[in-house]
Parts: sequence; structure tokens; C-alpha cells
Amino acid sequence: MNTPSFSRRNFLKVTVSAAGGLMVGFTLPTPLQAAMGEAGEINAWLTIDPDNIVSIVTPQTEMGQGAWTSIPMMVAEELDVPWENVRSVRADANRHVNNAELYTTTSTGGSTTVSRRHPYMMQAGASARERLRVAASNRWGVPLDKVVAKQGYLSTEHEEQGMLQGTYGEFAADAVAVTLEKEPTIKAYGDWWLLGTDVKRVDVASKTNGSAVYPIDVTVEGMVYAAVQACPVPEGKLVSFDFEAVKGMPGVIAAVELKQVKDVPAFTDLRSAVAIVAESWFQAKNALAVMPIVWDFGRGATISFESQTAEALSLLAAPGTLVKDEDGNIGKGMDKGVNHDAVPDLLAASTKLVTGEVYSRPFEAHATMMPPCAVADVKADRVDVWTFTQDIGRSLNEVADQLGRDTKAVFLHQTQLGGGFGGGYNMDVHRQAAAISAAVGKPVKVIRSREEDIAQDSQRPPVWGTYKAALGEDGLPVALLTHFVGEEKMPAFAQRGVANLPYLIPNRRHENSLVQNHVPIGYHRAPGANSNGFIVEQMVDELAQAGGWDPLEWRIKLTEGMEPWQRVLQAMKAKSGWTTDMGDGEGMGCAVVESHGTIAGCVATVSVSRRGQIFVDKLQYFINSGYVINPLNAREQAESSAIWELSHAMFGGLQVRDGRIVNTNFDSYPMMRMPDTPPEIEVNLEMSEDQWWGGLGEPTGPPTPPAVANALFYATGTRVRTTPLSKAEL
Amino acid sequence: MAITLNINGQDHTIDADPQMPLLWAIREKAGLSGTKFGCGIAQCGACTVIIDGNAVRSCNTPLATAAGKAIRTIEGLSADNDHPVQKAWQELTVPQCGYCQSGQIMSAVALLEQSPDPTDNEIDKAMAGNICRCGTYTRIRAAIHRAAEMSKT
Ligand code: FES
Ligand code: FES
Repeated sequence: MNTPSFSRRNFLKVTVSAAGGLMVGFTLPTPLQAAMGEAGEINAWLTIDPDNIVSIVTPQTEMGQGAWTSIPMMVAEELDVPWENVRSVRADANRHVNNAELYTTTSTGGSTTVSRRHPYMMQAGASARERLRVAASNRWGVPLDKVVAKQGYLSTEHEEQGMLQGTYGEFAADAVAVTLEKEPTIKAYGDWWLLGTDVKRVDVASKTNGSAVYPIDVTVEGMVYAAVQACPVPEGKLVSFDFEAVKGMPGVIAAVELKQVKDVPAFTDLRSAVAIVAESWFQAKNALAVMPIVWDFGRGATISFESQTAEALSLLAAPGTLVKDEDGNIGKGMDKGVNHDAVPDLLAASTKLVTGEVYSRPFEAHATMMPPCAVADVKADRVDVWTFTQDIGRSLNEVADQLGRDTKAVFLHQTQLGGGFGGGYNMDVHRQAAAISAAVGKPVKVIRSREEDIAQDSQRPPVWGTYKAALGEDGLPVALLTHFVGEEKMPAFAQRGVANLPYLIPNRRHENSLVQNHVPIGYHRAPGANSNGFIVEQMVDELAQAGGWDPLEWRIKLTEGMEPWQRVLQAMKAKSGWTTDMGDGEGMGCAVVESHGTIAGCVATVSVSRRGQIFVDKLQYFINSGYVINPLNAREQAESSAIWELSHAMFGGLQVRDGRIVNTNFDSYPMMRMPDTPPEIEVNLEMSEDQWWGGLGEPTGPPTPPAVANALFYATGTRVRTTPLSKAEL
Repeated sequence: MAITLNINGQDHTIDADPQMPLLWAIREKAGLSGTKFGCGIAQCGACTVIIDGNAVRSCNTPLATAAGKAIRTIEGLSADNDHPVQKAWQELTVPQCGYCQSGQIMSAVALLEQSPDPTDNEIDKAMAGNICRCGTYTRIRAAIHRAAEMSKT
């Protein structure tokens, strides 16, 4: 591919890798695509109506993080059209999947919608703007450089006719036929007029009157309802069920066995389960609750969180496996060149050895406010699906795979999600709905009960970790050994934020071990870093104390020369009112964790009552994601991630007994509520603006629990090494 | 069995099990989907409606007990999305995923009707039954104060 005008390496990568040379997303539509697209469609990303209303397509799903706003903003920035003229519309998943991934990706996660995708989204806007200019230059017979495109208008100073002006809408039809000799370069930071300003999310109003549509709200003519149950012990299988026993219950239509094809459950398959279909969901759920079902529980029946903890503790007592990246270095990137072989000897010879105790975090569930739900209407020649998903393209492919249908005949419609947090990835509710609809020959709505949701969710994995360090004369570590124990299904999470920790310690060694686990695992807001941050950033406080350092000064010292970290840490020092001495029962703690390319620092102020009750009085955040395109949305996401993680840290923790999750609803798996919420959450955006972009949907989560736990230490002298913190004896 | 429900001033005759939770009658039978299902055990508040002036969890309210009473759902708050609570929610961009917000708004409306200028403590008490997984609590609190202010003028 010849793309001389693209200087941005990541942009080249996206286009080449995803489409093999086709400039996906902003080339002219092929005749097929054009036939499928709307009139006035300049490219797959946008359509301009004659009345100058611009519809901009969102391939990413909306879960409250702002994708349906951020994407149109990025396109509109380059197109140069007033925000009032912009309509945010949904991408057609069928068109995406069947046209070589037309929108590059429909995946929505990892805080990447802006940070990683802005180059090609902005390119789509720039490309359309340039085509409009060419169209105007042709129609007016003036040189291209005399045509100005601004705020929805094209204009020129014509030699004979004077000032000429027209709306984009008047030139849209011409622009469709224009081929550009050279794609324009997207704007540099600072040249923006829309990005960088506070823009309210476009879907807010639909969420104050009940009109926003979630999968659970979709109805199709003739639709019936299904309640599902998979084996309460994950990995277990259905042996038999007695439909006769419940057949006569009101409204009950059918029982459907959901067959697992593979031996071990996989996210490319259905999980062994059974469904009851009825006239109403209440009837389906009631019948399912009393239907006799026999399960083969499988290996999970002997596993509990306690047995996993015991296994982890014995693993921690022996050396683990050295963590290496693909280059054979430990960790990733930052720690290349760090000496890991020298660590055991340095520790053995140390006169100032710090030996950490064991820290841990338990399993957690997503428990999105909308329990997973999907509607499927499987017909002979066409399949329509509405589902809880963070990737409409992937889910469409999964439905096609489940039914053995051509993807061209599968239509997956984007709705609001009712929360996501990673839960919309390893999700099979649309497979279930498709299979059930195919079996009963009617449109079906599957709703998971909250109990089924939490029992069968792809959980956040537990982690156990400890460390040893040798301190030098100056009290700073010369050698560090960490040992983290994760679980077997998604083991990489146990190293995120550990092997790549930023601190300049000359000799480091990171070891890893894994416990047996049958519980499904998935992505949870700031995966890995969410749990590991709790351990690493308390370790740092312990090391600082052992060496006689103020914990914030320690962090500043050991990130010397690293501008993005210094920016955050210096701001914490200057703006938070930092002190480790607040008096009895009160404390301030700090922590800083990088995730998704963003560095987030937290200063927590807590007080502890005489009876040991914890009050988080204030949380202050200092965030560096390089750039921010919508500060308002950045603040909202910062607050949201903070509460998300604080909720788990204060109240969470799934219990696994005899292989099954036992606390499966909000009575036994409590969440943070209004009275528990810190009265003050302050968000400071401390941007480097230096050619790198981080994500903003999750990074304030990871530093929150360790900042609170560190604060608890200064308030009480007690170090809390596991969560939920509310159960700690203080 | 046929039961008549008065929802947002309109009568709906519903043929269903009198023990069926009101939530499912509102959603599936009356076709009003703004009221949400979150837990089914009166723990999350997503299903909150107002019955005779009180915030009630419709997921564990049997249909029969709601017959003949004035039931209000999110759809009945205003025709143009401009109830002071709705306006305050929009102004402070409270909703994120939005799924809990019908319930949050109905709880807030019931609170403000009983206590037009609530203290933070009253807000804590009235809103404690509504979970928000997106963690919008600080904005909800501010928006309740803002709605109280708007209602005064
Ligand atoms: S669904 Fe009624 S309180 Fe949760
Ligand atoms: S806005 Fe998402 S649960 Fe409250």
C-alpha cells in the first residue's frame, strides 16, 4: 500500500493489518457497499443529508463510557461541522462483518475507543472534508486551495462571482464520487476546536425518561421468554432433567437443552445448560426453579476458594516460575536490562532484608445492572439478534457459528448495554437465545436471573502475592523479588502491573505460580492491574517505611526522569495536602498505578470509628493519559472507575464452596451504595500532551484500594492485606 | 385472572397470576419498559415505582396488592422529559449506562415529594435501596439538591 501522507505509524499498522492494503473505513465504498449504504454517504462512517445533518456511525458499543459521543466527536472534529448538526447512529454489524471488517474493529474495551482508534476515526472525518472541498472546487471551477470547509459550510472567494458559499449537504452527492489523490493528514493536538472541550454524552436524556433501549426492552411480535440454568458448579454438565414435572405449570411452553459440543467449556461454544420457555419470564423462571435437574459436577466440586488459597500459600513458600516476555526479558518493556539473576544472592546476603507477608484479592463478578439478556428471532432465511455484548461483530459471528448460518443472513442490532466493564466479552447469552429460538421456532428473550448471572459470569480472577526486598544504605531497594499466584485460565492477569512496575530498582525478579481453577474468568475493568495494584502499591508503602522514606517521596525518587509519572506524583504532592500524620483514627494514603497507558494516582483520606468502621472521606485523583478529548467524560469515567473498584474492595468477594459461587445476589454479594460513597471525589487531569495516548475508562480503579489501605495503616497502624476491607479488624 | 392496574393515570386490564410481581406486569403486559429488572429480591432498586406516593420495589410487589392504587412509573413523570428531577439529571450528566436510573429517579422523586429540600442524610436514607454499578452516586446526590433548587423557583 502506498500511503505517503500517513506519518503516524499506528495508523499504518491498523490499515495494513486489518485490511491487507485496503484503507478501511474511509475509502470510497465499493459498489456493493454503496448499494448497501445510505444516500449521501460520503464514506462508511458518515452520511450528510441535504439539510446538512451529519450522521456519524459508531461501531463501538455504549455502556455509559461515552463511545456514542466520543466517536462522532473525533469524526466531527476533522469534518468541521457544528456539533448540533451531528447525529450519532449505530454501525451495521452485518455490513462490518461481511465487508472485510469495514470499521476495523467493533471491539469495545481496554479503554481503547479514543486512545487507539482516534487516528482512523479522525481520518474518516478528514477524508470526507477533503472530498467535499474537491467537489466544491470542481463545481465552482476554483483551485482547491481556495475552498474553505468550516462549520458545515464550503466557501470561496470567486474571481468573477465574488463570495460563493454552500452547505456540506449541497455538495454531499458530488463528494461521494470524488477520489482523493492523497489522503489528508489529521490534525495535531492543539489544532482542535471540538476535541478537548466538555461535551455532554448524547444519550443522557434517553436515560432520564426510560426511553433508552437495552436488550431486555426489545420485543418482537410473537416473542416468548426463556430462563436458563447452567451447572451451578462451572465446567459441570447436564445429565438429565424432568420436564414432565413442570410441563403443566402456567404458561410453560417447552424445555430446551443447550448442548455443549466441546469437552471443556469455551467461549466459542454453548455451556451445558437447560432452559424453560414460557409465555412470561416469571413463569419460565418459576418452572425452572422447581424442575428436577441432575448434574455431573465435574472436577470443580472439590475446589473452594479456601482450597485455592491453601494451594496458593504452599506455592508461595517455594520459588515460582520466572516471568519472561517474548524477548526473554522479564516483564514488558520498561524493565528490559534489569538483572534478575542476581536477585537471590543479593537477598541472601542482605543485612537489610524486608520480607513481605501474603496479600490477596478474591474472585469478583461484574454484576452489571442489567443481568445478561438477549433476544433472538431465528427464521429460515434470516436471524435477528439484540444482545448484551461489547463486540457486535464478534457476537454476530458467534450466532452464525452457533446456528451454522451464513453471516450475511445474521443481523445483530446495537442497543444500550446496561453496564459492561468487560462482562460483554466472554458472553454467551446470544448463543443461548439463538439456540433456543431455533429450537422452539419463535422469537425468544433470554433473561438471566441475577443468581444465574453471578453464578455463571466470567469472573475476575483471584490473586495472591508476596515479596522480598534488600535495602541499600539510603533505605531504597537494591533488589526485589515478587511472587504472584494466579489461576490457570487467564494466567497473564497475575502479572499485569507487577513485572512492568515503573520503579527504578536495579535488580528485580518476578515469579509466578498458578492454582487450579474451574471458575470461568474474564476481563474486568482494568484487568489484572485492579487486583495487583492493591498488592504492589502496599508493598511500596512497606518498603518506604522500612527504608525511612515518606511513601510519596519514595515514589517520586524511584521514578526520576520519567516525565509522565513525575507529572502525576508531583501534582499529588503539590495539590493533595499530603501528610502521613493526621492524628489518631484518621489517615491519608497514596498509590499510583498505570493501566491502559494511563497513569493514575490516588490520594485517599479515611477515618476509622472507635468500633472499627471505615469511612472514606475523600478521594483525589491525578490522571495522565497524555491527552483528553472530552474532559467532562474523563471526569465521569474517573469517578465511575473509582467507585467500581472501591465497591469491590470495601464489600466484595465471591465465596466459592464445593465448586459453586454461593453469594449470587446483592443480599449476599453487597455493593457500594449511596451512604457508603465518599462525600468528595476530586479529579485532576494532569496531561503530558506529548504524543502518546492512554485510555480513560478504567485507570482510576487500580490505585484506589491500595490508597485506602495505605490510609488505613496511617489511621490505625494496622495493615490490611486482603479485601473486603469492611471485614478487617481495625 | 383479570386485574386492573392504574399506571400513570391509565387503566390497564391485565390477565395474569395475581402473585406475579408487578414489575413483570408493567414491563411485559402493560408494555412499559422503563422500569427495570435488576435482582428480583428488592435489593437493587432498578424496579422502583411510586405507589400512592411511596417508592416501592415492584419486583417483589405481587400484582394483586397493587390493584386499584395509583402506580407511577418513569414514563409518567413528564411528557417532555422535563420534570425537575429529569432536568437536574441531564444538567449534571448523571446517567452512565443508565440502567439503574429509572429507579434512581423514581426514588428521588418520591423523596422530593415528601421532603422538598432534603439533607444529605435524608438523601442517603432514601436512596440507599438503589444500587448503581456505574458509581454515579455523587452526581445523583448533587442532582437531587439541584432538582430541589429548581423546584423552588
Ligand atoms: S429488581 Fe427490584 S429491587 Fe432489584
Ligand atoms: S448508571 Fe449504570 S448502573 Fe447506574
